[in-house]
Amino acid sequence: MTATYTVAGKTGPWEIVVGLEVHAQVISASKLFSGAAATYGGAPNTHVSLVDAAMPGMLPVLNGECVRQAVRTGMALGAQINRWSRFDRKNYFYADLPQGYQISQLYHPIVGEGALTVEPEGEEPKTIGIERIHLEQDAGKSVHDQSPTLSYVDLNRSGVALMEIVSKPDMRSPAQAGAYVRSLREVLRYVGSCDGNMDEGSMRADVNVSVRRPGEPFGTRTETKNVNSVRFIMAAVEFEAKRQVEVLEGGGTIVQETRLFDPDKGTTRSMRSKEDAHDYRYFPDPDLLPVELTDAFLSECEASLPELPAAKRTRFETVLGISAYNAAVLTADKDTADWFEALLATGVEAKRAANWVTGDLFGALNRLDKDIATSPVTPAAAGELLALSADGTLSGPLAKQVFEIMLETGEAPGAIVEARGLRQVSDTGAIDDAIQAILAANADKVAQYKAGKEALFGFFVGQTMKAMAGKASPAVVNERLKAALA
Amino acid sequence: MSVDAATVKRIAHLARIKLSEAEAAPLQGELNAILGWIEQLGEVDTTGVAPMTAVIPITRAWRDDVVTDGDALDRVLANAPASDFGFYAVPKVIE
Repeated sequence: MTATYTVAGKTGPWEIVVGLEVHAQVISASKLFSGAAATYGGAPNTHVSLVDAAMPGMLPVLNGECVRQAVRTGMALGAQINRWSRFDRKNYFYADLPQGYQISQLYHPIVGEGALTVEPEGEEPKTIGIERIHLEQDAGKSVHDQSPTLSYVDLNRSGVALMEIVSKPDMRSPAQAGAYVRSLREVLRYVGSCDGNMDEGSMRADVNVSVRRPGEPFGTRTETKNVNSVRFIMAAVEFEAKRQVEVLEGGGTIVQETRLFDPDKGTTRSMRSKEDAHDYRYFPDPDLLPVELTDAFLSECEASLPELPAAKRTRFETVLGISAYNAAVLTADKDTADWFEALLATGVEAKRAANWVTGDLFGALNRLDKDIATSPVTPAAAGELLALSADGTLSGPLAKQVFEIMLETGEAPGAIVEARGLRQVSDTGAIDDAIQAILAANADKVAQYKAGKEALFGFFVGQTMKAMAGKASPAVVNERLKAALA
Repeated sequence: MSVDAATVKRIAHLARIKLSEAEAAPLQGELNAILGWIEQLGEVDTTGVAPMTAVIPITRAWRDDVVTDGDALDRVLANAPASDFGFYAVPKVIE
């Protein structure tokens, strides 16, 4: 076991305990209980049905796709799928919640316990328990800065399906919290149940933090709401743990409360919460039937799951013979894995392709400040380039030259080779001519070589390649030179 | 189970309904009467009876995931006391 992360207090080290509630917006065309569009954006109140606006007498009807997405997500996390679940009303009053309650699943969530193994930076891999996943409605959005006296309410998000993914309090460092969110995000993206776009708010986390002396029971926790980036989640954990240690060492006590994260300062502050804010008076929603899942439905969900990051990584290593490092890099995010697999589909050899993607391609993308999704070179074009190298048309240096031209012009490698005459020369006649000229011009070195100074072989190779303007096949040059010098 | 005057006020506050003392007092009696009627159900012995959620056996009354609604700004805002730029306009609720 590696060293445990602790907060150094004046009176000794403190251990931190972190649990996360991640809200992930379900990918679906329409909302959880209405036929209005679930797409982000849109003019205010245009993605709103009378159900979402909670007009009297409107009834919710469950969207089967949202159920399917939650079940598939649960399966991907190896979680228990509850064949019987139910919706409850969580009652509270807020301007952007027109129903006066959120439909959620407190007592009988659709997904139960699961787990996710994560690799925190600088720490051993760790398995984080998943407590549950439930389906619930998102609220609308309030805009407070457009009028001095009024708040403006847009219900476009009202009723959009969210999965609330609740972890167990298993994380012990900011790095573990960050790694958990990153891994979870990738699983969701692989499964296709959430786009993981934290900027647009389709994934955000409530961060629960407490501190304790090593070995002691859990301390009182605080909950920092709606943190919307991995970096901020880690910062919130770190700040909140330090703050709690200071309070406790100063003789104070931690109050169980809701806090807000300030991204500009990297701090958290208490929300002026009313005492009765948490009196949610949950009860089963009488407008909705329980959710009962059949064997056929579950098999269909299972069959629709793609290969997940961990399995893909193992396959890359064991079946394709790709190095452990490259396999990890190529499966770290879905876009990269998809791109790489599209490249493999062109028939190129896996290990070479892996080296080329992690070396040449990533190097170029870095230089151009682009990512794999915006790569100027398609997998098909890259496959053609690698095939031209493999069949001897292009030498290593020529392939790099052609790749640069592809990045610049977007032309296909075959066309570049033809148009610019970059084809590698394997014609022994031309190469032999060049070799003879070089040996004749360097009779002294030939003599030294024959006297045993074998390192000079590289000199002859270099001279020959230069004479051939870089287009000669290195293999043929080697072979012909050896013959000529024998 | 019964509610006292303080509980009536608390429930009203949670629902953001303003009640005067004169209005709260009769509500306490009415709510307790309702609770009394509901409690009569406790007289029935339901040992061994499974909870019933629907009279007819429907289990999968699910919707297909298609957009069939929306783009009805006028209808959505028709009953709003105030609106601006397509938003509902409500008293400032910033915390």
